[in-house]
Amino acid sequence: MSQITTNGDLTTSDGRPLKAALAAAQFRAKRRAFFLVAPLLLFIIVSFILPIGQMLHRSVFHDGFAANAPDVKAWFAVNPDGTAPDEAAYAALAQDFKAMKADKTAGIAGTRVNYTLPETRSLITATARVADDLAPPYKDAFLALNPKWGDAAVWQAMRSASSAYTADFYLISTDRERAADGTIQKVPENTRIYIYLFVKTFLLSAVITVICFFLAFPVAHLLATLPTARANLMMILVLLPFWTSLLVRTTSWIVLLQGQGVVNDVLIALGIVGDDGRLKMMYNQAGTIIVMTHVLLPFMILPLYSVMKTIPPSYARAARSLGATSWTTFRRIYLPQTLPGIGAGALLVFILAVGYYITPALVGGADGQLISNFIDFHMDKSNWSLAAALSAMLLGGVLVLYWLYDRLVGIDNLKLG
Amino acid sequence: MKKLLILTTALTGVAFAAQADVTVMSWGGAYGAAQTEAHVKPFAAKTGIATIMVDSDNPATPLKAMVEAGNVTIDVASVEYADAIRLCDEGVLEPIDVAALPAGADGVAAADDFLPGAVTDCGVSTDIWANIFAYDTTKITGTVPTTVADFFDLEKFPGKRGLKKGAKAVLEFALMGDGVAPADVYATLGTPEGLDKAFAKLDTIKSEVVWWEAGAQPPQLLADGEVVMTTAYNGRIFNAAVGEGKPFAIVWDGQIFENEMYVVPKGAPNKDAAMQFIQFATSTEGLQAQAMQISYGPARKSANATEILYKDGKTVMGPNLPTAPENMKNALETSSSFWVDKDAELNERFNAWLATN
Amino acid sequence: MALPIYLSPAERVWQYAYRAICAMIFIFLVAPILIVIPLSFNAEPYFTFTQKMLSFDPAGYSMRWYDTLLTDGMRAPEKLRDAGWWSDAWNNATWVKATKNSLIVGFWATILATVLGTIAALGLSRPEMPYRRLIMAILISPMIVPIIIIATGLFFFYSDPCGIIGLHCGRLTATYTGLVLAHATLGIPFVIITVTATLSGFDQSLIRASASLGANPRVTFFKVILPLILPGIISGALFAFVTSFDEVVAVLFLAGPEQQTIPRQMWNGIREAISPAILAVATLLVIVSITLLTTVELLRRRSERLRGVTPQ
Repeated sequence: MSQITTNGDLTTSDGRPLKAALAAAQFRAKRRAFFLVAPLLLFIIVSFILPIGQMLHRSVFHDGFAANAPDVKAWFAVNPDGTAPDEAAYAALAQDFKAMKADKTAGIAGTRVNYTLPETRSLITATARVADDLAPPYKDAFLALNPKWGDAAVWQAMRSASSAYTADFYLISTDRERAADGTIQKVPENTRIYIYLFVKTFLLSAVITVICFFLAFPVAHLLATLPTARANLMMILVLLPFWTSLLVRTTSWIVLLQGQGVVNDVLIALGIVGDDGRLKMMYNQAGTIIVMTHVLLPFMILPLYSVMKTIPPSYARAARSLGATSWTTFRRIYLPQTLPGIGAGALLVFILAVGYYITPALVGGADGQLISNFIDFHMDKSNWSLAAALSAMLLGGVLVLYWLYDRLVGIDNLKLG
Repeated sequence: MKKLLILTTALTGVAFAAQADVTVMSWGGAYGAAQTEAHVKPFAAKTGIATIMVDSDNPATPLKAMVEAGNVTIDVASVEYADAIRLCDEGVLEPIDVAALPAGADGVAAADDFLPGAVTDCGVSTDIWANIFAYDTTKITGTVPTTVADFFDLEKFPGKRGLKKGAKAVLEFALMGDGVAPADVYATLGTPEGLDKAFAKLDTIKSEVVWWEAGAQPPQLLADGEVVMTTAYNGRIFNAAVGEGKPFAIVWDGQIFENEMYVVPKGAPNKDAAMQFIQFATSTEGLQAQAMQISYGPARKSANATEILYKDGKTVMGPNLPTAPENMKNALETSSSFWVDKDAELNERFNAWLATN
Repeated sequence: MALPIYLSPAERVWQYAYRAICAMIFIFLVAPILIVIPLSFNAEPYFTFTQKMLSFDPAGYSMRWYDTLLTDGMRAPEKLRDAGWWSDAWNNATWVKATKNSLIVGFWATILATVLGTIAALGLSRPEMPYRRLIMAILISPMIVPIIIIATGLFFFYSDPCGIIGLHCGRLTATYTGLVLAHATLGIPFVIITVTATLSGFDQSLIRASASLGANPRVTFFKVILPLILPGIISGALFAFVTSFDEVVAVLFLAGPEQQTIPRQMWNGIREAISPAILAVATLLVIVSITLLTTVELLRRRSERLRGVTPQ
């Protein structure tokens, strides 16, 4: 087929250089492969990436005050940071309040300022309600209504809120606020919540991952060493929970663990606890840990099992024959070989646990809630931007873990059943 | 392939059957059932408009979220009084035309027939209900709790307490439990010290509290023995006790009462039918029909003119309503003006308090 | 399994203890799922075994909770059970409606996910696929990203899906279409994973053999590739279906009152007051999952046999 031309290059039978023909063929093959993937990629971009991106945009954007207080916004634009509000500022504010009352937008404007400075929402909605009675001189009218209107911190908060783009929601998400002089400080002790929740979410996930590991290891080892037929049969016991509806499993655990549940009844029948000493294992952190461990355990067993299956038993026997104790054999020979499986399982369980929502919502009570539940809470309360900021932080954490998983394990090695 | 086609057609056929015309969102459980029996079903039967009921823990929250996100899928919602005013202020609700509401059974115009405050710019009262606390008479025998202070007394009455997960009614309840007179509750709560005092009182029982969210939960918590006493909506306890024969008793001391309002969200898919529903449901007969289902009082004078019997046909509703004089001895009416402004802020503080410490 | 003879007595004790531990973990895995089955036949509205149940007294058991599944939400449940009654149940019973919704949404979401996912997997498994790793990571991500983030994103997006290109075309919330698209997105990673796994064991020389015998790519796909990877596709489809069938968060955020699915109804039931009727639903769902699991296991073995992989 190929011929050698006068200058020594290989060509195809129709005379094109072989190198170019090969490149063209490879390009066509690449394009064909890509065209097969393109419809799905487009679908995922439109139905998944775009919506999430759009939602995350809200974490830095909130025009509740900026759009409804144009006059004050204009005043802020011409007067630099730190200018004491003069009569013109109060007049602009009065103008905005009258418009807010007419358009019923004081609530949303107040909500926005309240994110930056707590307890200003009621100040704004209450003032808007009597906005029509405001008359010059405006400064005196405002101060007569509420002395807080003379407070520099309130004006600083309004200045901050008058820009639609803001980092304030990330400040809130990290329990921080802007002081009256613009510096960033921690919020008072009794309103700190989100750092604590992030730490708690990661800690609980770690605890669940560790428990899963200790439960999964012996089971995976047993499955990997049993004869095939028996192992397949036992595998069903692992896969059954995997295939059973999450809500069914959660229901079952409630039935088992609640105060008047099966476990407590059995313990009382056995005389281990008294009727008034029923254990509280549901609607608290313990409930979240127990049920999530059960739900996520198969995700740990399966990768461990597939790694352990490939470990030849002859290594352990060799170690024994060379005089190692069974503990040494396990620690020095077996365990190191299972590390890839441990890494894969632990990362997967941890990633799934960090973003968990349903189980904590149903069995977590007050102290078993995770960060996802608070994202839901703020969605419910129409605090879109705050929910988006919390989502962005959670998503960032999950993506880092996902990247790590891809580096260490490879997404191709994700196995289901 | 052919089989697949048939299956496909069958599934598509089912998918687009029956579209409801009016969707009412209420609080589920016994209350939702009462409104379904008294309002939803008769309205559908009378007008031929398909009407369905959906449940929520507190319809005011999803309603606001729906309107602000432009995703309104409900037509009528049953919300608390302060929420009806707050959401109206925020432009989330459709205004209500008082003149279009039907006159009382005695012919008095709606504006005069409704009790003062029962019709607002955007809402019409469907009943007057109360936050109370209740206990199981088979579990607490001998000395029984009689005052709101007893609820917070873990020494006298050891055991778990059920409390609503939210600031509203809980903070007032805590202050009354601390001995603040009903008349001073909101003045106290309006000061930072008063607020700290309320949280301090809650701190004393925090470790023993089981928090509930849906109104159907407290009777269930009592019945399951998960708590020895719990705050609850009075009608839920009444229906469990009288309707289902559960051994529950209500303590009226320290009750917190208010109007419940039917409202229409802005952008409701079927606004006209929704207004028609509200006119039907808040007529003298509509309010009486609801009071026959659950022990919440009607807010029309004409509906209170005659004695109402529970659906069992023998229990007189009068003494079981929050507005009965013997139940009002130490009672507090929710201040809508307080909660309209403070709801968001106090819930923030409440959540931080709940999630930490 | 006999223990190796070289073990010391202490090691023997440990081996037996180890098996006991494994047995307990298996009980932990399976018992909670099976416990609901007998309890769903409880004659009393309790969640524990009554004295009568423990002594196997027939009076302690009943089908009443299964009956409530049919009658709940019916217009006239107390009527005689004739054709009219059954049509009432078919059209109005809450759980029947929920089942229909779950099946409709699950069916279409599965079709969409399986078709798109299989085609993409064919591309992904070609050695010349550009940016393979990155694209794979993107396509798998709906399984990794917390569902609450996906649901909130879709909640806003669906309220004005064309808004992003400056048009208005109605909304996707409270529609079957919206729910199907969301569930398809969530099911796609499972299809990708199972089908690419099947394709990785696929002998590429079969394609060349088919081509050398004169088959065009289409014929090769339908006559050679498809029959061999079909078990993988069906497993993937089953995973996608179960994902949709079990999904509740997207339904909570995106569905209207007309699209309530089985998990959504269960969610309501668990949050308010678990009635034993929930246990009856749970029992039925456990039976469904056992059926699906068996199907997938049989498919997996068939696929291994077809591809000549010896089962391990």
